[in-house]
Amino acid sequence: MALTIKKVEHLAILSRLTLTDEEKESFARQMSDILEYADKLNQLDTENIEPMVYILPALNVFREDEVIPSTPREELLANASVAEDGYFKVPKIL
Amino acid sequence: MNREYEIVVGLEVHVELKTKTKIFCSCSTEFGAEPNTQVCPGCAGFPGTLPVLNRKVVEYGIKTGLALNCEIAEMSRFDRKNYFYPDLPKAYQISQFYMPICKNGYLDIEVDGAKKRIGITRAHLEEDAGKLVHQGTITSTEYSLVDLNRGGMGLLEIVSEPDIRSAQEARAYLEKLRAVLLFAGVSDCKMQEGSLRCDANVSVRPRGQKELGTRVEIKNLNSFRALEKSIEYEASRQINAIEDGEELFQETRTWDEEKQVTRAMRSKEDAEDYRYFPDPDLAPVYVSQEWIAEVSASMPELPDQARQRLVNDCGLPDYDASILTLTPATLKFFDEAVTEYNQPKIVSNWIMGELNRLLNVNNMEIEDSRLVPGEMVKLLKLIDAGTISGKIAKTVFEEMFSTGKEPEQIIKEKGLVQISDEDTLKAMIDDIVAANPKVVEDYKNGKEKAFGFFVGQLMKATRGQANPAIVNKLLQERLSRE
Amino acid sequence: MQLYDMTISELSVLIKERKISAQELTRAYLQRIDEVEEQVGAFITRTDELAIQQAGEFDHNPVNKPLAGIPYGLKDNICTRGVRTTCASKMLGDFVPAYNARVAACLQDQQGILLGKLNLDEFAMGCSTETSAFKPTSNPWDLQRLAGGSSGGSAAAVAAGEVAYSLGTDTGGSIRQPAAYCGLVGLKPTYGLVSRFGAIANTSSLDQVGVITRDVWDCALVLNAIAGYDPQDGTSVKIDVPDYTADLSGDIKGLRIAYPREYFQNNTDTAIVEQVKRALHEYEQLGAIVEEVSLPYSEYALPAYYIISRAEASTNLARYDGVQFGLRDVKADNVADLYADSRAAGFGAEVKLRILLGSYVLSADYYETYYLKAMKARRLIHDDFTRVFENHDIIITPTTPTTAFQRDEFRSDLLNLYRNDILTVPVNMAGLPGMSVPCGFIDGLPAGMQLIGKPFKEKMLLNAALAFEQAHDYYKARPNLGGDR
Ligand SMILES: [Mg+2]
Ligand SMILES: [Zn+2]
Repeated sequence: MALTIKKVEHLAILSRLTLTDEEKESFARQMSDILEYADKLNQLDTENIEPMVYILPALNVFREDEVIPSTPREELLANASVAEDGYFKVPKIL
Repeated sequence: MNREYEIVVGLEVHVELKTKTKIFCSCSTEFGAEPNTQVCPGCAGFPGTLPVLNRKVVEYGIKTGLALNCEIAEMSRFDRKNYFYPDLPKAYQISQFYMPICKNGYLDIEVDGAKKRIGITRAHLEEDAGKLVHQGTITSTEYSLVDLNRGGMGLLEIVSEPDIRSAQEARAYLEKLRAVLLFAGVSDCKMQEGSLRCDANVSVRPRGQKELGTRVEIKNLNSFRALEKSIEYEASRQINAIEDGEELFQETRTWDEEKQVTRAMRSKEDAEDYRYFPDPDLAPVYVSQEWIAEVSASMPELPDQARQRLVNDCGLPDYDASILTLTPATLKFFDEAVTEYNQPKIVSNWIMGELNRLLNVNNMEIEDSRLVPGEMVKLLKLIDAGTISGKIAKTVFEEMFSTGKEPEQIIKEKGLVQISDEDTLKAMIDDIVAANPKVVEDYKNGKEKAFGFFVGQLMKATRGQANPAIVNKLLQERLSRE
Repeated sequence: MQLYDMTISELSVLIKERKISAQELTRAYLQRIDEVEEQVGAFITRTDELAIQQAGEFDHNPVNKPLAGIPYGLKDNICTRGVRTTCASKMLGDFVPAYNARVAACLQDQQGILLGKLNLDEFAMGCSTETSAFKPTSNPWDLQRLAGGSSGGSAAAVAAGEVAYSLGTDTGGSIRQPAAYCGLVGLKPTYGLVSRFGAIANTSSLDQVGVITRDVWDCALVLNAIAGYDPQDGTSVKIDVPDYTADLSGDIKGLRIAYPREYFQNNTDTAIVEQVKRALHEYEQLGAIVEEVSLPYSEYALPAYYIISRAEASTNLARYDGVQFGLRDVKADNVADLYADSRAAGFGAEVKLRILLGSYVLSADYYETYYLKAMKARRLIHDDFTRVFENHDIIITPTTPTTAFQRDEFRSDLLNLYRNDILTVPVNMAGLPGMSVPCGFIDGLPAGMQLIGKPFKEKMLLNAALAFEQAHDYYKARPNLGGDR
């Protein structure tokens, strides 16, 4: 099944990626190839198979409710390109 | 409200769990800290960090589920809800989508004396997002600031069935839910601080129609009043639209507090595809029967039980009991007062009357007031002893409420002690009667009002401090001699 | 023999006996890096000053720990406090973590000497180190060829004598394949044995941090240092970790070895198949019981892997939006553009492709068709191994279908490039420990043999690997990169 450019554009919006026209084309082609290969899975009868959500048998991996001091703010903001008054900063949302 | 239509409402309530630390990291959840000071690489979504689940959050989830009559899932687990927004640093929210911890519960509410059961579809655990600070409004701001202190706090999202049929029922449901959560001790439920948040799904349909109408989600309901008003507004908006032949579409709207209208936010057509899938970083949660029993055993008295107790053991009217069990703080106040002063109805009257009035006027919660039950009891005993009148007591009470002073001190300072000395009062009555022969005539001619006139004059002369029972008795005696 | 040719255990004797100081050893390694790094391209960031300082501290106050004073390198997707950690991506070109990965902290506790951060495919997505935003890494055995990937820098640095050992991460073969291409021992531990905290996620349910060394003993030494429960990682397992070097003898009498026929067919070079078959014969002579088995579902591992890994990666990489960390498009005047443009500028083509594909298979319309189907296939693949392990102790296969390939060899053939992982991916899908050991040379290039074990039975793998190593001297061979030897 070939993936359309339109579909790639929709995925690009979902994934927040600006794509060039060439990228859209090559990704559409590459994704189609991979999905076609992945269709091999349809050979499998998985009727009564439980999906393997967890590889480990572990249950109830918990942490106790005890406070550990947070990161100093300067350190927290040190990797942000833009910060102001102790906040991270973003341009307008709407 | 147009009678041909029926309103259908379901509520989604997010409640912040009162644990010491966040749901997946060890940062403090204390309210009101400086921005971004309760944040670690984990809750800021930094590369390489991993979530580890807070046991207490699960315990509170179970507790709430039990309090809401839910089935507690033996197995539950966490999924990733993928969407981009500046308050969500990982760009996915960890949330129980496929397998929530609580299902199939209910809550009994009451509107104008009519009882009703509202179904609870599910309650699931998830993490909260951070906070955005806009310069102006979200639409006018040039940029926004991101504070992640709230990000990663443990939330329980409680989803009701669309069983609610009016704005009043919606309010009653939210009030009852809040009471249950407060009694269970899982959240402080402060709407103004955002620890209790409510979205409403509202639709209308012609009465008798089975299928549901087009549903609109209203966000940003920060108060009971906003919940009620927005449902009323939205329902009539929808009815008008239908009547005008307009087509309704599924959308998210926001409540504009200032204009008292709902406004379109986004339509469901450009709704996100959240691409939910199980979060591989978090092991599933298994809740054994033993665990449930343990949590159940630690469950405090819930509002309905307390209400029963007040009716059965204290002999209160059911209405009083329903008001006194709206918050655990109110009930605690009542219980403490009654321990020292075993006249439940009198205590109830004072709480429901004067105390609630003052709390409302001052926009306060009972736990924020300076008044303690023991002091109120002292006041009640002073009334019984005849030291002050019930009327004066209200003045004293108001003063106690605002200053936290003891009643005796206030009475002394303001000279409010009741005058019960018969000789003093007799002399004053003599004077008043002598000064008003005309009224005495009226009284003799059977004019009822005349008696009241003398009482009023006396109260005026004593600045209201005369003991009314004694005044009554003495005045009767005096006038009968005329 | 040169210092840079020695194993950890050899160097450690010199250090302990004070025949050499850690500073001298560090300087020798730094000199080696100066000599060969230009040809190899294994490093993204060198930490010369830090290394000399750490060595000085050790010399001043020596501790008696197996890895103390030994120079090593970390794959650059392992977070290091105060040291830039890039994932070989422009996105994290300036990212300096305020925290150490658990494994980085473990090696620091050992007072090892960190020489730098090693190249990889961008975000560990690839099997050639060609998707690195900085440079490809050459194979020290043949500089025209690649070191493999995604832990290409980790393998090449050890093979070239630039570090004594390294850590890598393995999602579908990213430790074992480059180890095989570079003639080294590479171990991907059981999922959950080594903490993933601070190892930047590619595919959370498959990723494991592991070890690349010159020989088996070294591998056991390093595993000792990094294995074990970490409360910061909810998928780290609470088990008693054995001492992996204790009783490591190479005695394998009675060991039940299975070789799955599917792993010796079609895609795999006959020369490699022959090498591994010869090894199996040798195992038999050493007293092991060797039997052919079938793992019919393994052929579905690769397609299932494409789906699961892309799905998880697409959400793991959603956090790179330019706000809290990472590359930011400062020109953007609204949030939507800020995200889409920062991500477009920060990520390379392979990463974008995986994000898009992952978004696709998780989207509401395709979740069942692809994602859920793949998760079911994963169960079948896992159970297949469980069945074989009922009667066998370890499974042996070739590590890779070919020896190291050339630059751009698969430029126009992505699927064939991906097929490099075909023999290693099933092990990740089943969460099992897998190890690659050198098993000979084909046309002057190293070939690797893969040993697969039961969960948490790393020791059995190490012992079996040691048995083979003792019978050969493949592990002693070093590539000729010039310099004194
Ligand atoms: Mg929610
Ligand atoms: Zn935190």
